Amino acid sequence: MRRGIVQLVVIGLVIAAVLTVVALRLKWLPTSASVQFDRIQDVYWLATGIAIAIFSLVAAVVIFSVWKWRVPLDDDADGPPIHGNTGLEIAWTAVPAILVIIIGVVSAVVLAKNGEAGSTPPLNVTVIGQQFAWKFVYPEYKNKTSGELVLPLGKQAKFTMKSVDVIHSFWVPNFGQKMDAVPGINTTIYVTPTRLGNYQVVCAELCGLGHATMRAKARVVSPAQFETWAKGKSA
Amino acid sequence: MGEGEVGVTTAQHEQPTPALYPAHYEPPHGPTWRLFFGPGFGRALWLTPLFFAIGMFLVVGLRYWWGWNPIWDWTVIVSVGGMIAAPIGFLAGIGAFDYWLYYLSGRPTRPEDHSGHGAQSWKDYFRVNTDHKVIGIQYLCTTFFFFVAGGFMAMLFRAELARPGLQFLDSQAFNGLVSVHATLMIFLFIIPAFAGIANFVVPLMLGAPDMAFPRLNALSYWLLPIAGVMFIASFLAPGGAFGAGWTGYAPLSVDGPVGNIFFNMGVQWAGASSIMTALNFLVTIITMRAPGMTFWRMPLLVWANFTTSLLVVIATPFIAGSQFFVFFDRVLHTDFFTPSGGGYVLGYQHIFWFYSHPAVYIMMLPGFGIVSEVISTMSRKPIFGYRLMALSLIGILVLGFSVWAHHMFVAGMANWLRVPMMITTLLIAVPTGIKIFSWIATLWRGRIHLTTPMLFALGFVTMFTIGGLSGIYLGSVPIDIHASDTYFIVAHIHYVLFGGSVFTIFAGIYYWFPKMTGRMYDERLGKAHFWLTFVSFNATFFPMHYLGLRGMNRRVFDYPEAFGNLNFFISIASFVLGASVVVFFYNMIMSWAHGPEAGGNPWRSHTLEWQVSSPPPIFNFDEIPQVVGGPYEYGVPGARHAVLAPAKTAEEVHA
Repeated sequence: MRRGIVQLVVIGLVIAAVLTVVALRLKWLPTSASVQFDRIQDVYWLATGIAIAIFSLVAAVVIFSVWKWRVPLDDDADGPPIHGNTGLEIAWTAVPAILVIIIGVVSAVVLAKNGEAGSTPPLNVTVIGQQFAWKFVYPEYKNKTSGELVLPLGKQAKFTMKSVDVIHSFWVPNFGQKMDAVPGINTTIYVTPTRLGNYQVVCAELCGLGHATMRAKARVVSPAQFETWAKGKSA
Repeated sequence: MGEGEVGVTTAQHEQPTPALYPAHYEPPHGPTWRLFFGPGFGRALWLTPLFFAIGMFLVVGLRYWWGWNPIWDWTVIVSVGGMIAAPIGFLAGIGAFDYWLYYLSGRPTRPEDHSGHGAQSWKDYFRVNTDHKVIGIQYLCTTFFFFVAGGFMAMLFRAELARPGLQFLDSQAFNGLVSVHATLMIFLFIIPAFAGIANFVVPLMLGAPDMAFPRLNALSYWLLPIAGVMFIASFLAPGGAFGAGWTGYAPLSVDGPVGNIFFNMGVQWAGASSIMTALNFLVTIITMRAPGMTFWRMPLLVWANFTTSLLVVIATPFIAGSQFFVFFDRVLHTDFFTPSGGGYVLGYQHIFWFYSHPAVYIMMLPGFGIVSEVISTMSRKPIFGYRLMALSLIGILVLGFSVWAHHMFVAGMANWLRVPMMITTLLIAVPTGIKIFSWIATLWRGRIHLTTPMLFALGFVTMFTIGGLSGIYLGSVPIDIHASDTYFIVAHIHYVLFGGSVFTIFAGIYYWFPKMTGRMYDERLGKAHFWLTFVSFNATFFPMHYLGLRGMNRRVFDYPEAFGNLNFFISIASFVLGASVVVFFYNMIMSWAHGPEAGGNPWRSHTLEWQVSSPPPIFNFDEIPQVVGGPYEYGVPGARHAVLAPAKTAEEVHA
């Protein structure tokens, strides 16, 4: 049986190795462009590590068992009458419980941090969703209204979502933050951009016939450029 | 089709005492007009339009009386006449209410003659039949019809998605196809397919002659096609099919085209069907267990259906409520979900998910039961940790009601609700993990018979593990904030509902096919079906995780150019997945007609349904069996689950 255990472990390690390569070599997440998404990606890697371990274990036992103990269909013997094993059962109740609590605690910490206002007052942006376009209003800049989202690099922005018709959802994949714009209530998220560049605002909640085309441009620019843009006349 | 064979074999079985079980119901012969007055499709043919007309005149008459304009409001006429009155007319026509109406009207009720019981020819499957075995097969054939319809829709919109931009659909057609696909698969395939398998198997496993309420059972089956027809008929509505997704979020579903009422009302019929079936299972399981069948001797399939039925009975009224509110907002101009009138938009989601999250377990627990039966029998070992397996079902049942808001982490609900809901969500991994680990421990040192049902069960264990693990990502609020409403969700639910539920449905159908038909399916075709499904399933849905995380939102007909090649690949894989079903149907139909005789117990299983002939006798057991031990005592010398009286000879029966 000892040889069997070694074979089982080898199968498990091979599966885990293949999955690790797939997880690392492919770029599964968009490049992070915000402090918040950096934190989310940490949780993502924690979850991925645990997922690879558990899947490798389950798949290895299934493959190993079928390989070792498969019998022809006309075999008419029975297996050993093993009804259970209290130690094992406690172990596979307790270990997953501990693992999910770890993920839960880390997630709760990241969630709290991502929902925290910084020490300096944030840049306020009101996001207005309507079928099928986004509108961005900057209350600190004389309610400058734009169809394009422009943010200064490194400054925390506080988005307040409103909707004039049905539910929309504000999402910039590179910021990793998302929140529904719900008629009748105001919702908020924080984003602190960390990377200059052009990104896309997408509507993530089915909002009708034009849902797929409800996109807008998002630009992260230097603070100086932002000031010029925000104080400029052109929308 | 070969249903005839079922009847022939049943008929060959010894019929018990004529006084107790009189001759089989014969449709009335004689003048043709009787065809239109006896229970059946003939009567339904004129009662359905008659009831529609009654509903229509009720609406028009009341509107005329109160002076409301327009008097002919077709939205209301179709809702009341078409979606409430006409189905009742149809049910009355086919005879679902006959017995109760005789009783109510004080006419001499026919003594229980079991006239609607059992099947002797294929025609009996098109009647209101009170035999749980017939109803089980009615359920399965109906649900597979809708499975094909829903799958066909999926391939249509996958063809559309093969390239960015619109190819051959318009956006309304696309939204309609996506919504109706999901609705059919959930309400007309997965949930009722499990009800079908359980209908056939549970009374047999309990050692009972039938369900507790056979007439109610027949009625709950016949409600189902009504819901299915309603969902599909929404394509004919002006403005197209309901297109707000199967989740039908208000206010979009309130403002959208009139097709949405088909969803609102269809769900009522499907839901009523589920609730009645669940009540029936609960009463059957509680009161009709054979002597000696304690709860701790019930097969896990029975445990699974017991917990599922509790979920259905408690949760399903909530979706009925949510859809009635949406319906009232549209038709009666109430303001449940209209902010300007004081309504609360998120209220819809809370009520909807209070059903629809438990619904995920409604669609999964019966599968857990099936897989437990298959893995134990095919590994020739007792199920590992039987009691913990049963208790973990209860754990999922209880926890399942405390996690609904994890569908709403980005919906704008109260922030404080997120962390508690995340913790309960993650904790569900514990009972689920217990089940996965117990199944693989059951394999350990077994004598594994790699038959088609076993392949599907093992495919389920691995694929459902992936679905469970992606559920951990989504349970974690920060990751969910990024991944919610993307293709990652689409991948996750298909790993849970296809790699999970559908695989177990296939496992169950292959496993009990010999019991249902008396014939054996073709093992080679079965294996071909499994591998084709398994590979194309993964090719279709695994890349969707990637698309979602990279930024492709769901329910869109258009997407960035960069996702083009992968979507093209997914579409091709989905067509292969669709084609794999052809192998399944070919196998089922040919084996039902020409397969080799299976015998009573081809798997040498211990549970009760295998201790009678295949297909089972009309009232299942000549004498109620005595249960003496656990259901999975494989390898225990001399162990028995139940003692059955030896089959009686004809002389003894008539003595």
